[in-house]
Amino acid sequence: MATHNTAVAHHDGHEHDDHAHKEGFFHRWFMSTNHKDIGTLYLIFSLVMFLVGGSMAMVIRAELFQPGLQFVQPEFFNQMTTMHALIMIFGAVMPAFVGLANWMIPMMIGAPDMALPRMNNWSFWILPFAFTMLLLTLVMPGGAPAGGWTMYPPLSLQGGTNVAFMVFAIHMMGISSIMGAINIIATILNMRAPGIDLLKMPVFVWSWLITAFLLIAVMPVLAGAVTMLLTDKYFGTSFFYAAGGGDPVMFQHIFWFFGHPEVYIMILPAFGIISEIIPTFARKPLFGYQAMVYAIASIAFLSFIVWAHHMFTVGMPFGGELFFMYSTMLIAIPTGVKVFNWVSTMWKSSMTFETPMLFAVAFVILFTIGGFSGLMLAMVPADFQYQDTYFVVAHFHYVLVTGAIFAIMAGVYYWLPKWTGHMYNETLGKWHFWLSTIFVNVLFFPQHFLGLAGMPRRIPDYNVAFADFNAISSIGGFAFGLSQLLFVYIVWSTARGGVKAEARSWEGARGLEWTLSSPPPHHSFTTPPVIKDGDLAHGNVTH
Amino acid sequence: MKAARRLHAVMAILAALAASVAQANPVRWQLNMTPGVTDVSERVQSLHNLTLWICVVIGVLVFGAMAYAMFAFRKSRGAVPATWSHNTTAEIIWTVVPILILIVMAVPATKTLFQMYDTSKSEMTVKITGYQWMWRYEYLGENVQFLSRLERSSDRTRVLGSGMDPYAVKVGDENTYLLDVDHPLVLPVDTKIRFVVTGDDVIHAWWVPMLGWKQDAIPGIVNENWTRIKKVGVYRGQCAELCGRDHGFMPIVVKAVPKAEFKSWLAAQRSANDAAATASALPAATPDAAVAPVVAAVPAAAPAAR
Repeated sequence: MATHNTAVAHHDGHEHDDHAHKEGFFHRWFMSTNHKDIGTLYLIFSLVMFLVGGSMAMVIRAELFQPGLQFVQPEFFNQMTTMHALIMIFGAVMPAFVGLANWMIPMMIGAPDMALPRMNNWSFWILPFAFTMLLLTLVMPGGAPAGGWTMYPPLSLQGGTNVAFMVFAIHMMGISSIMGAINIIATILNMRAPGIDLLKMPVFVWSWLITAFLLIAVMPVLAGAVTMLLTDKYFGTSFFYAAGGGDPVMFQHIFWFFGHPEVYIMILPAFGIISEIIPTFARKPLFGYQAMVYAIASIAFLSFIVWAHHMFTVGMPFGGELFFMYSTMLIAIPTGVKVFNWVSTMWKSSMTFETPMLFAVAFVILFTIGGFSGLMLAMVPADFQYQDTYFVVAHFHYVLVTGAIFAIMAGVYYWLPKWTGHMYNETLGKWHFWLSTIFVNVLFFPQHFLGLAGMPRRIPDYNVAFADFNAISSIGGFAFGLSQLLFVYIVWSTARGGVKAEARSWEGARGLEWTLSSPPPHHSFTTPPVIKDGDLAHGNVTH
Repeated sequence: MKAARRLHAVMAILAALAASVAQANPVRWQLNMTPGVTDVSERVQSLHNLTLWICVVIGVLVFGAMAYAMFAFRKSRGAVPATWSHNTTAEIIWTVVPILILIVMAVPATKTLFQMYDTSKSEMTVKITGYQWMWRYEYLGENVQFLSRLERSSDRTRVLGSGMDPYAVKVGDENTYLLDVDHPLVLPVDTKIRFVVTGDDVIHAWWVPMLGWKQDAIPGIVNENWTRIKKVGVYRGQCAELCGRDHGFMPIVVKAVPKAEFKSWLAAQRSANDAAATASALPAATPDAAVAPVVAAVPAAAPAAR
């Protein structure tokens, strides 16, 4: 501890870069215990996985551009859909949020670093190995997993060697997520500067506190489910083999008990980010701060009792279908509260529309569209038509791409000046926004029509009746994919240089992170900051 | 060629719109769910339309408010931000009103679901079994069963690099690429038909949009569902649960015929089966005699599991 204090004293008044120069590249990046460097690693990793998973989506959209098989065999097509989902969910979206948490939570609560810095390093460095192992299955005999990211047995057990590799990769991702979550909870509960009560924390911190508990609750469930797959495949058990007395539907129940909270793991931090950005660019406190926090908590609670709405067609009893229909519909209420609160924050405000705000506004609109189709999917009789069609594909891409990923991009543009000390190029940022928003809708909106007309998901080829909307969707897909290269360029060029950013990079920005220099010192707050309520992002915290 | 296709598509849409005749196939540029050909499918579609329009109205209100805010409360227009961040009345309203809307949606959903779950008083039962990658239909108690798989011209066209045109796969004027089978499931109209659905190897899902539902076909589990088709016609569907390499290539075709026609069809199948059974029981029977009448009706033609 004494050494640590000396080190802290040593860094006082020094630039971040000074510190970096003392360490070699290997020491700084591979052995890092610094929350910002680890946050950067997470974000870079996530961006790489976003591009890898995105290329797989390009293969999918290319094959679906016309009826008939033009490019890939059906088996490889199934590998692409499976790997695209696994990589985007576990490799792109989740690590991006953990990266944002690493960077921002200590700065938002007035802490010097994360509570468990060495574990922080470990939880990141597991990920590249996990995904290398998963991606290696593409070049193994028998190829990559092709039974869907949901891994439903008995189909997933028909895979070859890839079953073992997929299961171990998921175990490693799970260990990484659980350690990350423990670290975030420990940091938030123990490292807050004096005066930051729980109900004075920024909504982003709240959203992550709740998300971290969800992660700890459900990642072990996923680990259990895939372990049972493993023993069914290699050790002669029959958890899911009907012939041995097992039940394939039991896997689906266990999987979705993980899977539905997982959906919220990917959206609650997005709610947090949007709740930081809208008040900043509206120059008005967040409407209904406490309602926002309670809404996130209610959504998290409900996420544990709605899982079977993913499997209405497996033949559940009437009462079961009703329970899961009603509980799912209830989610609309806290979600509605959040949307109304964001709109009310914008009401009678004074808005400007820089890139982060543009992405945040698009998030509110497009995520709400995803929420509407979610409500429709909750209606069991109608779900008997929607289930496993492109309507579902459209729904979850609205929630995950224009929801989670748009929020991540909004967050990156919002905090990039803080991280790098440079302003990004606003013109290019706006180009990126408009290209992404237009083409993501060209990509996903027609998929609603395809699903309603009767096109099942996860098929490599289709009847000519589906040709027109598939062609439109593919064009949107290619253009959306290409637009993301612009994002890579903007982030890269901002990291390298640009107009100097002020400590408070945005006029309306509130919160402790903006009281630090841009870029912030190596250890964020070496002495606890004095808290003034006006410094907090949401202004009035009494309601 | 292209112009002709487009013209054909436009005419198909116009035909579908003009005579609210049930379209048996998906149509090009189709935007909404089919009303189908059963009471249940009509109720499902009206539930879908109800929730859709409720969502559209809420969307117009919320996005309209946002659009107004983004227009009126801009810094560049000199807007001065208010400082309030709370309004109890508004918050109560936008919590209670959605609850009422949800109840409005839940009532018809519950009623329709209740109807869908009532398989009692069925007049006949068909057992559906999913295989990788075909379906087996068994008319329980009738000694009639057969396999149903993707029809040959689709099957040849769908091969990677076949060089064949999916637009050329047609039955009459209707393009049936990937939506046609060798042996359709023949069913009588105006009859309550119970289905028992199961899978042999992996999970499949039996789905004909015109009937209004899909049901998973799961190994080791027998699911139930039912239908009563109101109109004579050919109704097409597909497997809806990922089941491996050829998941996209195991369509479903239901051919709904008048009751009398169904009776004679069933009798013909049965006597062919009986003949086949007798023939194969006789040691002197030539293999041709056993195979000729109904190839797929021989139970041994079922694929070996796994």
